[in-house]
Amino acid sequence: MKTIRVLIVDDHRLFRSGVRAELGPSIQVVGEAEDVDSAVPAIAELAPDVVLLDVHMPGGGGQEVLRRVLGSGSQVRFLALSVSDAAEDVIGVIRGGARGYVTKTISGAELTDAIIRVSEGDAVFSPRLAGFVLDAFASTEAPPIDPELDSLTQREREVLRLIARGYAYKEIAKELFISVKTVETHVSSVLRKLQLSNRHELSRWATARRLV
Amino acid sequence: MPNTMPSAPEAHRPRLVRPMTGRVIAGVAQGAAAQLRLDPVVMRLAFVLLTIVDGLGFVAYAALWMFTPKEQLKGRVPGRDWGQLAAYAVLWLVLAAFGWLTGAPSGGYGTWPLAIGGVGALILWQQADPDRRQRWMSGAVKQVNATWVRTGIGALLVVVGAIGFLAASGELAKASTGLVFTAVVVGGILMIAAPWLASLIQELQRERTERIRQEERAEMAAHVHDSVLHTLTLIQRNAHDAREVTRLARSQERELRNWLYQPKQDADATLAAAVRRVAAEEEDAHGVHIEVVCVGDCELTEGLVALLHAARQAMVNAAKYSEASVISVYAEVEPEEVTVFIRDRGKGFVLDDVPEDRMGIRQSIIGRMERNGGSARIRTEPGDGTEVMLTMKRNP
Repeated sequence: MKTIRVLIVDDHRLFRSGVRAELGPSIQVVGEAEDVDSAVPAIAELAPDVVLLDVHMPGGGGQEVLRRVLGSGSQVRFLALSVSDAAEDVIGVIRGGARGYVTKTISGAELTDAIIRVSEGDAVFSPRLAGFVLDAFASTEAPPIDPELDSLTQREREVLRLIARGYAYKEIAKELFISVKTVETHVSSVLRKLQLSNRHELSRWATARRLV
Repeated sequence: MPNTMPSAPEAHRPRLVRPMTGRVIAGVAQGAAAQLRLDPVVMRLAFVLLTIVDGLGFVAYAALWMFTPKEQLKGRVPGRDWGQLAAYAVLWLVLAAFGWLTGAPSGGYGTWPLAIGGVGALILWQQADPDRRQRWMSGAVKQVNATWVRTGIGALLVVVGAIGFLAASGELAKASTGLVFTAVVVGGILMIAAPWLASLIQELQRERTERIRQEERAEMAAHVHDSVLHTLTLIQRNAHDAREVTRLARSQERELRNWLYQPKQDADATLAAAVRRVAAEEEDAHGVHIEVVCVGDCELTEGLVALLHAARQAMVNAAKYSEASVISVYAEVEPEEVTVFIRDRGKGFVLDDVPEDRMGIRQSIIGRMERNGGSARIRTEPGDGTEVMLTMKRNP
């Protein structure tokens, strides 16, 4: 199996070494960066497969890294990693271009899985993120501007609900009698809607709910 | 934790100094203008105008020259701007000549055309340079403007009113000299005192901000001391007991998160808050991580309180018997009904093997839900974990 090259961007040295030690053998950590200004050139130089990105950092945080790197046309994939579960942070980095969001309490094995998934171009939703998305798309006060982007299909809703209930992708596939690949397709489609939808409610909802 | 450091403190005004770069005579007007955040030209015109009127501008200038320190410059002191000096001298000569012809220096009607002329010149000059005007409008002048303009208009109205009153009673001719003198003196005093007043106000504001900041810091310190430091001490004492350390750390983490991010709310007013509270209590009691996700929220009703009790029992069962390290709780509020899922990936059990008299599942979960018009479904298999699904209508 091909090893996945990962760059860890986090301002806590202890946390960086902790992650390094926990990751499985299929992951190779090619570098570390501790703030926005060192992360951006490191990503350009090392060209990792996946960047593990902390949300809160000196110099603008993860969103600033996303803006600078993705703004310059890079195709590198980001997995956001944070202690915060605040809605505005979660929605913020996802809309900034990250392909997933997990909290730092995640186990080493789960994190390894999430990195592999992101490196293959799929999305990674934590139960909390799935809950946020369901909540945000459920509050339909204004009519959607773009029906295709601004609402979830029945199937996507079902998948998100199962993620929120703590099901792994494999368990969801079994539950809904579909393949894991189909589950991944649904989740990626939700990610795309989350990133592209112009619904102003989405951001308003996120800022109005500073939840844990 | 979000970065809550305030942005750099706003630059407060420097002491009044006489800049040596770009001065016309001694840099007094420039210094005063910098202090008031005006264009130096305005101050220079004001001094020229005040010099025409009873020579007060001259006195004010001389006084400021004496009392204001020179700006400390390294290197060679730059020369005066002779061209500008000549321009102001010519302006002064013209005005003085006009004043002498009309008898303005001793007061009387002759002063008014001067004042109006001065204001007109200012307006024209301002019109001619939109960029500079833009710069004035931005920044401090803009904030100050609203109140200053209001005060200015008020003062103008008072003056006009007084003049009107005097004119109506035929006293204007007698009083006008005194009026002009008073106006000029007041204007002069204001001009001299303005920088001092401005710095006084700034100082007060800075002190106020500082005090608020200190109070916040004290509150933060008190909180950290009561909670975080206390927990850290407990962790050190219990270092041999891994389970207890985890429980302490987790409970402190949750408490700190609530304090940082959670809007202050009554913990029992709504369903989502109540589910979180119940999960937190059981997490503390059993030392098992309970992850809660809530979608939507609503007021608690009698039926929902029963649902909460059943959910708590399901969490207790999962924590006690499943041997799973994480329990997932998902609560969703829909327009018609509320559903709560409690799931673990533990060892599971065979539902039919549970004896009839086991209170936990039969009575506290299934029985309670059915008595209150809801339903409970339990899905479990040995080795495949357990999921309890509780549904309750919102308005039974």
